[in-house]
Amino acid sequence: MDIKDIIKPENKVYSKTSLMTDNALSYCPGCGHGTAHRIVMEVIEEMGIAHDTIGVAPVGCSVLAYDFMDIDMTQAAHGRAPAVATGIKRLWPDKFVFTYQGDGDLAAIGTAETIHACNRGENIVIIFVNNGIYGMTGGQMAPTTLGGMKSSTSPFGRDIGTMGNPIKMTELVANLPGVYFASRQAVHKPSNVRKAKKAIRQAFENQKEKKGLSIVEIVSNCNSGWKMAPVQSNIWMEENMFPYYPLGDIKVDDVILGK
Amino acid sequence: MSELKLMKGNEAVAEAAIRAGADAYFGYPITPQSEVLEYLMSEQPEKRTGMIVLQAESEVAAINMVYGAAGTGKRVMTSSSSPGISLKQEGISYIAGAELPCLIVNVVRGGPGLGTIQPSQADYFQSTKGGGHGDYRLIVLAPASVQEMSDFVKLGFELAFKYRNPVLMLSDGVIGQMMEKVELFDQQPRLDYFDPAWTTTGKTDDRGRNIITSLDLDPYLMEKHNQMLQAKYRKIEELEVRVEEIMIEDAEYIFVAYGSSARISQKAVELARAKGIKAGLLRPKTLFPFPKRIISELADRVKGFLSVEMSAGQMVEDVRLAVNGKVWVEHFGRYGGVVHSPNEVLDALENLIEKK
Repeated sequence: MDIKDIIKPENKVYSKTSLMTDNALSYCPGCGHGTAHRIVMEVIEEMGIAHDTIGVAPVGCSVLAYDFMDIDMTQAAHGRAPAVATGIKRLWPDKFVFTYQGDGDLAAIGTAETIHACNRGENIVIIFVNNGIYGMTGGQMAPTTLGGMKSSTSPFGRDIGTMGNPIKMTELVANLPGVYFASRQAVHKPSNVRKAKKAIRQAFENQKEKKGLSIVEIVSNCNSGWKMAPVQSNIWMEENMFPYYPLGDIKVDDVILGK
Repeated sequence: MSELKLMKGNEAVAEAAIRAGADAYFGYPITPQSEVLEYLMSEQPEKRTGMIVLQAESEVAAINMVYGAAGTGKRVMTSSSSPGISLKQEGISYIAGAELPCLIVNVVRGGPGLGTIQPSQADYFQSTKGGGHGDYRLIVLAPASVQEMSDFVKLGFELAFKYRNPVLMLSDGVIGQMMEKVELFDQQPRLDYFDPAWTTTGKTDDRGRNIITSLDLDPYLMEKHNQMLQAKYRKIEELEVRVEEIMIEDAEYIFVAYGSSARISQKAVELARAKGIKAGLLRPKTLFPFPKRIISELADRVKGFLSVEMSAGQMVEDVRLAVNGKVWVEHFGRYGGVVHSPNEVLDALENLIEKK
């Protein structure tokens, strides 16, 4: 087949969503954020709701998410995204509002905002990217850092006795009646990307049906912060992160699974 | 038809918010301002105008709800008292940086720390010099009556949208708790236009995406943004100074006082005049912008200024800067929750006249 045949429009099998800008991603090569951004934007494009969607960007690696997501967005202070989203959603109940937050943002400094937005059942979507570390500030210990895991502020490994346990935030908020849907996914393999996208689609469909809060956690790698090569970091994630943060739906249609 | 009512200052703020066509109030209880939230909850403004009222989990959350909603162009507000306002400072800095309009009411109580629930004016520095991190200013309105607690809500929203800048109403526990008659203004409509140039209401085909942010990692662009903010503050200083002058024409000594201290100082003016002392009162209604030029011009013809504040002396620094050494400027005030009496204020003036 000639190259001209390959690039014929009818042979096109994939194109970038129009809701991702052409700005070069600021994420490290190998990081999962880019894929997570893309599937959120694909869902918004496929649902045809871009003109009615307002995103809330956090503080963390995805602080500049609005440079890549071609929709209206508000930058929130560290941890405050669920409160900012609440303010928007309460005044525009028919618009789609989502937050995109990391684990330091959502599970440490923003714990109160997260829990209370969940408890009020704010009709929003929370995309929670958990890579077990503070990536942007250079690899410090996060609330989700695994026991024994080394970081720049736990250089000898996280000591559970003095530094506390890694927090399972999605399971925690799933117990609140305001949370309608909670799921944990990954984006390091095509099959996982498909499942994660399906969960994100479900979350936005729930918002459309005014069901309450939906949270989709994406367990991701931080090859730079973990001081690993990208492939190695994904293997480490499968072997260490997934056993502690098991993938799959946690709460579906207001029912906690396995209870 | 305007309506005459006997109300608490805090209730007047709440009623005025509904009447000013506010879209939302986000708050958290704290003495001595909880009546704002209580009044709004019992009044059910959602039924009257569609206004949303939400009790947040903290002052931090409340100001961030304001930030999110203000970014969509809505007319929104919060209120609190000193310790709660301290918690809001992070959000206020972001709102100022992102240039969003909103109204914040501080019914000041004594500090520092948990302090007391009694009235104070010790948050002047925090209110007029920025308060949170970074170079920014709030427009600061200082009501001295229940009437102004109502009127300044409307004025506050007007100025907030005129300059896309947060407006702080700096009240105190006296004005918030006392009851006076208030002439309520007529119901204003809620907003139905949201400027497509900046509001985040969803990106439509006819415009690029709107982003509400205070972040720029390029320091030169950030400097430019700061210069733009400073230019706005200079314009506000030029155009928005508001004062009340009482018996100032022939005055030799000027009390400078705002809020409930102005009420007390007004009585001290009467007492002084009865004793043959030519005293007058300059009452700033705006603390930022501060009436620098008016004070500077007065300094050319009076003998001295006494800044009367329920603090250890904060506004007195701005009076001194405006007077610039031309005549004496001193401070008098009780603080930590104690309210001075008109006689104490008069005594302070008489002592100074004798000493100087």
